[in-house]
Amino acid sequence: MNKLKLITKGFVKDNPTFVLLLGMCPTLATTTSAVNGLGMGLATLFVLVLSNMAISAVARITPDKVHIPVYIVIIASFVTLLQFMMQAYTPAMYETLGLFIPLIVVNCIVLGRAEAFASRNGVLDSALDGLGVGLGFTLSLTVLGAVREILGSGSVFGWKFITGDAMLAFVMAPGAFLCLGYLMVLFNKLTKKEK
Amino acid sequence: MEYFLIIISAIFVNNIVLAQFLGICPYLGVSNKLSTATGMSGAVCFVITLATLVTFLINKYLLIPFNLEFLQTIAFILVIAALVQMVEIVLKKISPSLYSALGIFLPLITTNCAVLGVAINVVTKQFTFGQEAHWLNLGEALVYAFATSLGYGLAMVIFAGLREHLSLNDVPKAFKGVPIALVTVGILALAFMGFSGMVK
Repeated sequence: MNKLKLITKGFVKDNPTFVLLLGMCPTLATTTSAVNGLGMGLATLFVLVLSNMAISAVARITPDKVHIPVYIVIIASFVTLLQFMMQAYTPAMYETLGLFIPLIVVNCIVLGRAEAFASRNGVLDSALDGLGVGLGFTLSLTVLGAVREILGSGSVFGWKFITGDAMLAFVMAPGAFLCLGYLMVLFNKLTKKEK
Repeated sequence: MEYFLIIISAIFVNNIVLAQFLGICPYLGVSNKLSTATGMSGAVCFVITLATLVTFLINKYLLIPFNLEFLQTIAFILVIAALVQMVEIVLKKISPSLYSALGIFLPLITTNCAVLGVAINVVTKQFTFGQEAHWLNLGEALVYAFATSLGYGLAMVIFAGLREHLSLNDVPKAFKGVPIALVTVGILALAFMGFSGMVK
């Protein structure tokens, strides 16, 4: 039961995007379509699970003074690994996400989970925590990407349901801020009612 | 002429916050008051320019000759983290007044993705600036980094001014805090889109 809670808490209660407001840059930049949002979410999930596991394993033998640099090097190594794998297996996705793949290193979600959870818990729990938070992040990125794709290009996951032009501004920069703002309002409204 | 184009393009057309989505966390975090916003912009400006200088040289004279480009991400983040620490120590000794003005913002900058973003951008991307695509040389990279951070400061100061007015208004409960701020940035980004097309 407790383990299940570790996975599901990232969906609504501790949702990294809508509640904790972490990792805003990739959230806004890569969600031009549902597929791109999903790709970025899964890439972050990959790094999050592996770095959480590695950090929880070495946390006890790391001197306190140098723990931040050690964590950053571990995270950066997994990001480099991810870069190689994406270049090999999904080169098109790697091109689209571009700069934001190396920037996972400075995504505050990853370092935040390392500090707050992985450094104090066992390897298995940390992996589940990374999985939960990563899935929550993936979920919100996919939703935001889908909304922007519907409004901006009139399609969903690449399936086009209107002919002609849609509101192109929603695929560009202003639409990202506006969509996220209004989705957050919706999220606030829905979760406040539950209480 | 080319430097002029770089500056215009980096500040207005491809504004780092409103068009490239870099450094959003501190942008939303410390823009509540105009004074903290200017302090943060000053610190970012300083660190971005210095970090780009160091990482550009490391990439050109250390990583490329030894075929180690795949270490860029790891090397750059370490350099930036060390640099920020060093700037903090040096400033404390040389200019205590500047240190107390920038002090609290400096540690935050390590995880500001604008710094790593610009450092990676100038060594991995070809830029056009009105002529054919080419790799930036050191001078162009520095001007680009400095102008980009000026654009960051501009966006930050405008937004802080707007937010100070916003805090006096009565907004609906669900919009309070970040949501209304995001909608405001959206409209600001819409305004900045008017600059696109000035520099190709």
